Amino acid sequence: MIEVRNIHKVFGDNVVLDGIDAIFVPGKVSLIIGGSGSGKSTLLKCIVGLHEPNQGKVYFDKKEFTRMNFEEKVPIRKEIGMLFQNSALFDSMTVEQNIVFTLDMFTEMSKAEKIEQANFCLERVNLAGKNNLYPSELSGGMKKRVGIARAISMNPKYLFCDEPNSGLDPATSILIDELIQDLTEELKCTTVVVTHDMNSVMGIGNYILFLYNGKKYWEGSNQDMLKSDNKELNDFVFASPLMKAARETLQEDKD
Amino acid sequence: MIFYYFGEYILLLKKVFRRPEKWKIYLKEIFHEMTEIGVGSLGLIVIISTFIGAVMTMQIAFQLVSDLIPTSVIGQINRDSNILELGPTISALVLMGKVGSSISSQIGSMRVTEQIDALEIMGINAAGYLILPKIIAGLIMVPALVIIAIGCALVGGLLGGALSGAVTPDDYIEGIRGGFNGFTMAVAMVKATVFGFIITSVPAYKGFHVRGGALEVGQAGTRAVVVGCISILACDYLITALML
Repeated sequence: MIEVRNIHKVFGDNVVLDGIDAIFVPGKVSLIIGGSGSGKSTLLKCIVGLHEPNQGKVYFDKKEFTRMNFEEKVPIRKEIGMLFQNSALFDSMTVEQNIVFTLDMFTEMSKAEKIEQANFCLERVNLAGKNNLYPSELSGGMKKRVGIARAISMNPKYLFCDEPNSGLDPATSILIDELIQDLTEELKCTTVVVTHDMNSVMGIGNYILFLYNGKKYWEGSNQDMLKSDNKELNDFVFASPLMKAARETLQEDKD
Repeated sequence: MIFYYFGEYILLLKKVFRRPEKWKIYLKEIFHEMTEIGVGSLGLIVIISTFIGAVMTMQIAFQLVSDLIPTSVIGQINRDSNILELGPTISALVLMGKVGSSISSQIGSMRVTEQIDALEIMGINAAGYLILPKIIAGLIMVPALVIIAIGCALVGGLLGGALSGAVTPDDYIEGIRGGFNGFTMAVAMVKATVFGFIITSVPAYKGFHVRGGALEVGQAGTRAVVVGCISILACDYLITALML
């Protein structure tokens, strides 16, 4: 479980996060949504320790992560898998080398065991046999899937995804969402996804945290969201004609 | 402002010299960097230092117009100038341009594409993993390249002197063998080691702290070379003042 308490983050005079509280539970996909500049990615970076919050605390299974020094954070970081917006694969390494990198660094597994684990992860993301390709030879969707394979190579307890669907076609986006959902259930990990993709929200949003101007405006499930009368949330969620049509259909059904 | 950057540089070095997660992987990286820095720059260093040696011989001969001075002195002056100054400093400036810009843009690109963040998230000391092997490789390979540069400059001087008729090979060899003070070589090695540290650590610092995109990566590369060259010249002066 990850607990976020009263997180504040300021860049110069710009208040990006203003007192965010949230609890992300294991085995469920939690989504952080909000418009551009609402502080979603900054919150994610504060949680994983890439940004230091100006105020507030982050707990990983009751252990206060924000107070730890680099060495103390290492055991928790070994349990974290993260998919970055641009995949952040190591350019100079092949797909297989990207996946076994953390295994090389932190385990005493034999070469055969590491390759077996890499193959398992690649099969899990439907990329079996792509071991020797370099990131430059992969499509955007394949890079994301390799990113996920790398993130799950150490069987993480916590999985973070920063805009996993950005730049992907709808079919690939759904594939990635399903993969994240399946892995969360399989590994029983605490998954936090930053997104503004409404397909993801409707598809995998077990718990949704809506940020607006750096503040938490709403939280609940995707089903609760459709019934919410929170103005800012509705303005964000039902901005597209497709979602407007979905809401009208829902209301017609209710009537 | 300069103190801010210097402080940031020192803090980065503190992170760089943390205990590595796994020496085996770091060793592999060190050998890889030694190949990149050393073998990759060998051709350039050989060509530049050979020509410098040849030109130096002709210029010294041009300036020594007195019949009272034996021509073997040309070899002696050439040897000492190359060991004390031209070998280490010119090689370092050339390597700063070649290796320094490459290190800065490599680390800078990794920063803007979030690869460094990915390393941090994995629990790996990104500064140590990316920079320490480069610094160690620089500390080993730059002195080695400087020794090669000095050797090539001396051979270049011999060829330049023979081809231009400025000094006979026998006189030149007599010159480079006469009155040799081994301490000059120690000064050259101290310089080369310090320059090796600057050539790798300054661009790594500039690349590691890049913010923005491709444009900023390029600018960081340019700044790294400028700051690195000035640092090399300042350290050159300091070491010379302290040791000679």
